[in-house]
Amino acid sequence: MSSSPLLVKNWLDPEAKPFIEFRGVTKLFDGIPAVRDVNLSIYQNELFCLLGGSGSGKTTLLRMLAGFDSPTEGSVWIDGVDITQVPAYERPVNMMFQSYALFPHMTVFDNVAYGLKRDGLPKAQIAERVAELLELVRLSAYAKRKPDQLSGGQRQRVALARALAKRPKVLLLDEPLGALDKNLREDTQLELIKIQESLGMTFIVVTHDQEEAMTLATRIGVMDEGYLVQTDEPHTIYEYPNSTYVADFIGDINLFECVVTENDAGNLVLSAPQLETTIELDDPVVGAVNQTLWYAIRPEKMRLTRDPSTAVNALKGVVHEIAYLGDFSVYWIDLANGFRVRISRPNISRMDDFAEAWGEEVWITWDGSAGVVLSQ
Amino acid sequence: MRLVAKLKSLQRDWVSWVPTLWLGVFFLIPFLVVLKISLSQATIAMPPYLPLFDWVESALEIRLDFGNYLFLIDDPLYGAAYLESVRIAFVSTVITLLIGYPMAYMIATAREPRRTLLLLLVILPFWTSFLLRVYAWIAILKTNGLLNGLLMSLGLISEPLVILQTDLAVYIGIAYTYLPFMVLPLYASLSKLDRTLLEASEDLGATPWISFVTVTLPLTIPGVIAGSLLVFVPAIGEFVIPALLGGNDTLMIGKVLWNEFFANRDWPIASAVAIIMLFVIVGPLMWLNRINSKTEEATS
Repeated sequence: MSSSPLLVKNWLDPEAKPFIEFRGVTKLFDGIPAVRDVNLSIYQNELFCLLGGSGSGKTTLLRMLAGFDSPTEGSVWIDGVDITQVPAYERPVNMMFQSYALFPHMTVFDNVAYGLKRDGLPKAQIAERVAELLELVRLSAYAKRKPDQLSGGQRQRVALARALAKRPKVLLLDEPLGALDKNLREDTQLELIKIQESLGMTFIVVTHDQEEAMTLATRIGVMDEGYLVQTDEPHTIYEYPNSTYVADFIGDINLFECVVTENDAGNLVLSAPQLETTIELDDPVVGAVNQTLWYAIRPEKMRLTRDPSTAVNALKGVVHEIAYLGDFSVYWIDLANGFRVRISRPNISRMDDFAEAWGEEVWITWDGSAGVVLSQ
Repeated sequence: MRLVAKLKSLQRDWVSWVPTLWLGVFFLIPFLVVLKISLSQATIAMPPYLPLFDWVESALEIRLDFGNYLFLIDDPLYGAAYLESVRIAFVSTVITLLIGYPMAYMIATAREPRRTLLLLLVILPFWTSFLLRVYAWIAILKTNGLLNGLLMSLGLISEPLVILQTDLAVYIGIAYTYLPFMVLPLYASLSKLDRTLLEASEDLGATPWISFVTVTLPLTIPGVIAGSLLVFVPAIGEFVIPALLGGNDTLMIGKVLWNEFFANRDWPIASAVAIIMLFVIVGPLMWLNRINSKTEEATS
């Protein structure tokens, strides 16, 4: 979805004015940091995902934007205005809560109308707007129901309609699809993108689900222990992670500790003891001789063959385990020194050559540009 | 298999029989005894009323005397006492609610271990005798008592206020005594309240006060009703507080009942007073219960 033709990649333009800014934001809870020195710029019409494990600080960051928590240090800006001290009820931001937080004593209609009533809009106008929103989330027939008479998916849509009602400048979504089952979740993801594009609103989504982040996001901010460790487009995050943490957190990866043995004008040769071999890199990488680096390579970027390979990057091993996952299979290959490499192969034919290759001796090969070198 | 199922259902029945039995022994039977006495005639004897059932020439003779009830309806004193009791109980309940709600709110939002401490402080007065605590209020409220002394030494008033032996003293006494019964159910329903609902309302543009009125208050109505009933119902029949703190013109039904029973030794009239009081209370109680179950249904 990140390749939508409508999308303007504002973050690539150094002149572009950020719409939302966190400037040096730190948040302590009882002296314990939840968010540490986060600097982040989000641009208009982005669908930005904050991705991280539990306790990584992603929800706290979102709550500081909504106004439920205030930063211990730093400031938060929306559309060029410092809103750090503005109370939540005056911020041009609305949130869709993880638990949906629908008012149990109100009907669907009253839930959606709640924010509009606070603005003191005339009744007819409120009714019109609510009808429009219920149409958008396909719940027009349920206006008179109470939340406890709805299914999980319906509640989620009411929560979305309620959060959209006031046409906020920014919509915050805290684990919006967490409670939905897989099929419904995929449908809803696409629907969210559609709504976001048609309304031209800025969405910020907090999630722990990397697949969800990859599907939704124009850009992803990966958080770990309160730090924002990498902010990039999904493709960049996956193919060019900036640290072993990000590489390991997003998708699967094989990480090898290496030492630089040669540096021929940027073309490095690495010695990887775990691989009992040297790695020649095609891409120029910064690194001094004797420096310790990590070589990271995704399982799908390695190939399996039975013939002894003469390729530059080739290793011999024994198939330890095979996991058949339907669309692809994962192979764990034990190298002679005991190090285990993970390789994935798409199941292009119904009976793959390696489908029953337990215990067989195989060769692993990969291209010089398949992996990334990480210094931290 | 059927036998096992039958035994199991018997076991289940047994569980529900225990409270039924309890209510039967400690509520229904005494109620029937009082009802019986209320329908008999007073006499100077031991016990001071004539039996309802009599064997006259080996035939059962039942003499029901509704005169006691007619007497209560006829004499305006009793009607006035009922109305006065309901009024005083109502005003006291409202005062208790107005004091109890903010207290319960504060406790429910306090952090542990402060929360437990505050709850304990609410219950703490129960550890001393109720009578003693009401007597203490006499010392506080009387003309040359602590309160007047304090207000006069602060220069807020020049002459002592007459509080003791007025309705106000009764309100204070009831509110003070029954406060924990108000605070505890309110605390229970406030601490159950999902805080993210308040964040949601705030997020949608509601100031804290509007959030309270549109979210907190409607969702804690069950607690308000439970607490109010726990104060209102016993306050109607309250005897000690109006007797000690109220004036001679504070006419509450508990006092009337006491007079009929002990001063006049008219057990049938006293019993009739009690029976009517029961119906005075049961009416609003059932009505509130219906509202309560409705809101509880909506919030669960």
